[in-house]
Amino acid sequence: MLNKDIKKVLVIGSGPIVIGQAAEFDYAGTQACKALREEGVEVILLNSNPATIMTDKDIADHVYIEPLTIEVAESIIEKEKPDSILPTLGGQAGLNMAMALSESGFLEKHNVKLIGTSAETISKAEDRLMFKETMDKIHEPVAASKVVKSIEDGLKVAAEIGYPIVLRPAYTLGGAGGGIAENEEQCRTILENGLRLSRVHEVLVERCISGWKEIEYEVMRDGAGNVITVCSMENLDPVGVHTGDSVVVAPTQTLSDKEYQMLRTSALNIITELDIKGGCNVQYALDPESFEYCVIEVNPRVSRSSALASKATGYPIARVAAKIALGYNLDEIKNEITGKTYACFEPMLDYCVVKMPRLPFDKFISADHHLSTQMKATGEVMAISSCFEGALMKAIRSLEQHVHGLMSYDYSYVDDKGLRKLISDTDDRRIWTVAEAMRRGMSAYEIHQLTKIDEWFIKKISNLLDMEKRLSSEALDENLLREAKHMEFPDRTIAKLQGITEEEVYELRKKLGIVANFRIVDTCAAEFEAETPYFYSDYNVDDEDIPSESGKKKVLILGSGPIRIGQGIEFDFCSVHSTWAFKKEGYETIIINNNPETVSTDFDTADKLYFEPLTKEDVRNVVDKEHPDGAVVQFGGQTAIKLSQFLTEMGVEILGTKPEDVDAAEDRERFDEILNETGIKRPEGCTVFTEDEAIEAAESLGYPVLVRPSYVLGGQGMQIAISDSDVREYIREINKIEQEHPILVDKYIKGIELEIDAICDGEDVLIPGIMEHIERTGIHSGDSISVYPARSISENAKNTLLDYTKRLAKALHVIGMINIQFIADGDDIYIIEVNPRSSRTVPYISKVTGIPIVSLATKIICGHTIKELGYMPGLQKDSGYYAIKMPVFSFEKIRGADISLGPEMKSTGEALGISKDFNEALHKAFLGAGVKLPKYYNMVITVKDEDKEDIIPIAKRFEAVGYNIYSTRGTYNVLKEAGVDCIRTRKVEQESPNILDLVLGHELDIVIDTPRDGASNRRDGFIIRRNAVETGVNVITAIDTAEALITSLENRKKNINLVDIAEI
Amino acid sequence: MNSYLILEDGTIYEGTSIGAPKEVISEIVFNTSMTGYLEVMTDPSYVGQAICMTYPLIGNYGICFEDMESRGLWLDAFIVRELSEIPSNWRSENTIQNLLKQYAIPGIAGIDTRALTKHLRDKGTMNGMLTNKHYEGDELKEALERIKNYKIKDAVKIATEKNVELFPANDDDNLKTHKKVALLDLGAKRNIIRSLNNKGLDVVCYPSDAKAEDIIADNPDGIMLSNGPGDPKDNEDIIKEIKKLYDTDIPIFAICLGHQLMALATGADTYKLKFGHRGGNHPVKDIETGRVYITSQNHGYAVDMNTVNPEIAVEAYKNVNDGTNEGLRYIGKNIVTVQFHPEASPGPKDSEILFDKFIEMMEG
Repeated sequence: MLNKDIKKVLVIGSGPIVIGQAAEFDYAGTQACKALREEGVEVILLNSNPATIMTDKDIADHVYIEPLTIEVAESIIEKEKPDSILPTLGGQAGLNMAMALSESGFLEKHNVKLIGTSAETISKAEDRLMFKETMDKIHEPVAASKVVKSIEDGLKVAAEIGYPIVLRPAYTLGGAGGGIAENEEQCRTILENGLRLSRVHEVLVERCISGWKEIEYEVMRDGAGNVITVCSMENLDPVGVHTGDSVVVAPTQTLSDKEYQMLRTSALNIITELDIKGGCNVQYALDPESFEYCVIEVNPRVSRSSALASKATGYPIARVAAKIALGYNLDEIKNEITGKTYACFEPMLDYCVVKMPRLPFDKFISADHHLSTQMKATGEVMAISSCFEGALMKAIRSLEQHVHGLMSYDYSYVDDKGLRKLISDTDDRRIWTVAEAMRRGMSAYEIHQLTKIDEWFIKKISNLLDMEKRLSSEALDENLLREAKHMEFPDRTIAKLQGITEEEVYELRKKLGIVANFRIVDTCAAEFEAETPYFYSDYNVDDEDIPSESGKKKVLILGSGPIRIGQGIEFDFCSVHSTWAFKKEGYETIIINNNPETVSTDFDTADKLYFEPLTKEDVRNVVDKEHPDGAVVQFGGQTAIKLSQFLTEMGVEILGTKPEDVDAAEDRERFDEILNETGIKRPEGCTVFTEDEAIEAAESLGYPVLVRPSYVLGGQGMQIAISDSDVREYIREINKIEQEHPILVDKYIKGIELEIDAICDGEDVLIPGIMEHIERTGIHSGDSISVYPARSISENAKNTLLDYTKRLAKALHVIGMINIQFIADGDDIYIIEVNPRSSRTVPYISKVTGIPIVSLATKIICGHTIKELGYMPGLQKDSGYYAIKMPVFSFEKIRGADISLGPEMKSTGEALGISKDFNEALHKAFLGAGVKLPKYYNMVITVKDEDKEDIIPIAKRFEAVGYNIYSTRGTYNVLKEAGVDCIRTRKVEQESPNILDLVLGHELDIVIDTPRDGASNRRDGFIIRRNAVETGVNVITAIDTAEALITSLENRKKNINLVDIAEI
Repeated sequence: MNSYLILEDGTIYEGTSIGAPKEVISEIVFNTSMTGYLEVMTDPSYVGQAICMTYPLIGNYGICFEDMESRGLWLDAFIVRELSEIPSNWRSENTIQNLLKQYAIPGIAGIDTRALTKHLRDKGTMNGMLTNKHYEGDELKEALERIKNYKIKDAVKIATEKNVELFPANDDDNLKTHKKVALLDLGAKRNIIRSLNNKGLDVVCYPSDAKAEDIIADNPDGIMLSNGPGDPKDNEDIIKEIKKLYDTDIPIFAICLGHQLMALATGADTYKLKFGHRGGNHPVKDIETGRVYITSQNHGYAVDMNTVNPEIAVEAYKNVNDGTNEGLRYIGKNIVTVQFHPEASPGPKDSEILFDKFIEMMEG
């Protein structure tokens, strides 16, 4: 029954997107907020991440995009006086925050209750020692382990248990700082790091069970003690690879009912003993050769796995958890998918689900690709099919990594011995190396011995290889084609193997009636009728998808696929808002997307959801079925934009800006024509194809130059080159992937970077605001600190910007959104980039200006005009707030990644600082990004020659705040001369003690290290930056960021002014 | 080899033959369990039925003989979307294909099992023929006539063991209760016996035609009526014997068919469900406590609550999805009967606690 005492609830979000904490918590939080408000509960939301949907005023009653600190949470509670906090829906960050508030007695003092799961339960699950005791009490086995608080203890325990051992720091994200140690030396290194990263300075030393099967259960429990299992999942990768980096299959495939029920019973016993009221995730290691198992971990909250389980089964875990927190029992909550049954049942699947991680090694080429207990994936994709082979093939092409099957990587350079080594070293390409090994005749058993991947999966991969072979040797008759499509071989792969064209395969299929049909995800294996149109494609089966006869116009909204660096949650925000706006305009909305972590793939976001890869063929399947009246591509990032040409070829009208105009912005020559016509300048540049052409271009432009491929996102592959050898290196890197478009070489201009998101209705242009980057040109806009409104450009420059924006929007015939990036060199304005689509900054600008940008753009796409919608064209009045978007990085999780900033984007998320005062906004932004300084008052400064003059005033200000400054020779001399009291330290290549010892001394707050441009120079200081970042030091690689940081520190204060976004 | 599933309404599914190349007519039912296919195939309650598994990948972990629920296979035919040719599990000793052949049971793979399931869900359980012959024209007409006329006969007689047999309690002194349970085998799943033995109870298993007098004469501490196949009303003789057991003071616990027969013995009626409950995810509410258990189920008939005399029995358990009866408590008697399967196998063990309650009943 509904607990009527709960009237006002504080929901805490998970903060910036980092590796291990991505969009899944926005999905869960948004679903929970909706579930709470349905019951008439007032919702207050706290989350520092402005790109989320949960921080919309449509989702919560009061929205605070403020730093996730105890002080902020306390002042929100004092101001808003909620009666309850729902702690289990905001990931680890939200949970930790609620726990800290509870432990300090603050909640009790202010009469605030934790609803859903209690503080005691959270401690029992999260505190390693209490967890172990609880498990012992109910005779649930955990791997032999002990919690240690020091390196010495850790080494002792490790010696007792015996190597290899697993080290897990308590209360960290995505297993940050953990790992497997094979020996004492490795153990010491991991312990040092882990103890530092753990909130409570504890690390669990544990028996290594790597190689066992990793099995997960998502379970739910209500206040009456009813317990159910929502979903079981089996990791293809054995224990030892973080589940976030594993290929995960639902339901379990290789467990007999005896094993399945043994673990299910265990999971239910655990959730009962922990007294959880809501959802919970239990991870197991299961010995592949016996009934022995260990509980690895319990998460007493929604998680990445619960998002996956929700999408895999159709069971909305977060929604049900929120209802339980309000007092309902499972048998009182309707199953929204069937509309007939209740939430108290266990979903039964009649399909196979495969999740694959999206790893960031395309961004961090030099990083260590090895997969371990430290999660490295930024996002994931999910695919559904009636067979494992099909689901795997669909998942692979959903990743958007230029890979369409198992033949995509070239191993001709690896000999058999090398291949064996590659297989044993689990990395991001393990599926492909396993395939290659089988092609060379290695047996499934042998591969299993090397990888510990269950033979069932290996043999399934082998089925795919058999099909490859048949497709390349047999005639393409109906049977072969049917079987190939059943396994989800894309037409382009079939075409390639058959030596015909993709279109020929498609035509043949149509002739033979081998087309994708759609099936419903219904939670119950067809036992009951389902009401929710959530579909996946399958071949050789009946079609269940009956196009509706609502008479409404149908619009296809293309999602943005997996979260990756450069294309994050912002694009899901845009897709979802656009969907809602189309619904309001009377359209029937159809979403295609493949990311299980998102709101766009929630069952009730669009009228119809197709959980499918975003490739030409998969989109065509939906188009052939639905015959939409139009498609909108401008909200789904580059993923959707890339599909516009195909959609046009299929006869689907692109709503809003036309594909040829989108293309004009990307095609260098056509764009230059437009710039000529409109009289707008851009840095000089050329298009090239070869290394020699590039060098010729660079020399004629004069170094430094920017080198980049066209049609990419997040500046991928973009570099500043200062010499011929740089150009050669970069071009080679770019050409590793087959380029369909020319490479661009541009003159690099140093100046202030500015950015505008505008809406154009074909006649008028609405500009919500101008953003200015703190860092000067050369750093990707996504990695720069962005300030709204722009404050340092002249009125003249501003007018030029606005004028250029209007001219460009009209010249490109924009209908909807356009994003433009400029350089201001004094009053001279150059254009850097134009994207006739929604951008990363749209959610944040929408929120701080109170202008519903996506909704307006969508209405304009539907034919309305800016004036008709009640807005005056031109630049809108400042909202009266400074809003600063601070990039957040996940460098500590990607071993070997270079963290210095440049034209290629590297950040994974963002935090917002908002205030009427610029300095306070800046301080909030740093706090929101997790920069909580000062701590030890020690810092290192080592800057390139060009920055030496600029660093002096900055160093003086750090000194004034109380910092001890360490420097290497060059910087030391400059600072000393300028009267800064600093301490000299030796360079890393010099004898110890040197700068590295300083970093590893664990008492540093900040390292300011600005590397020189150019490939070889970037490598200088790499070791320092890596070590610093891995030990939790804030590393700054641009002088402008350093200045912003010191301004923030100078303006830090205890009581910050809260801003309720819902009131803007 | 091509194989066909012909339903009595003329719907035909084409697939590949698996198992024995034999033609059978049977009642077609679907089961939604994602694991436990061997337990399903060896459950004697499936006498006279052909089973369609809704989970598309069947056979993944091979055959682990110790998981068998009886001495053999009882189903008429096995219907799957994809049969795994590559079982992988440390206990696996064989494959479904071999097992089907060994027991001379036909099967079909590669059909659209979801379409079949939806058909049965919408139209109700119906008869069908599994054959490798391509029927056409008059032959098909004639076959459809035969299919329509099929009725499961003597199901319990086929399913029950023929002799009295003692299954002693597990050799664990801590558990030993020294109590003895008489089990009336109407097609019992082995896990009923295992569950009782594991709780320290000796079990004497009686064939379905056992006389109540003989059972009572052996002085059991409790009587267990097992699950079993077919239409409960086909068992008039057994119902009479059960009435005699009802009239004693011996505690009785009954599962599935046993539950239905006790209801019939005490004057209530049963009816056929549209498509039955077969799977491991059915929520059942304990009416007294309000607790819901996820249960294992396999039944096509149910007790009609409207016909239960409230002076004889009250509803003890109820299905949360469709409100059908899931158990009765007999007034003034030490008798509890349930429609679902607390012995699980396959399926959740959440209601295993009912065996403990049975012990409590025996201990008074």
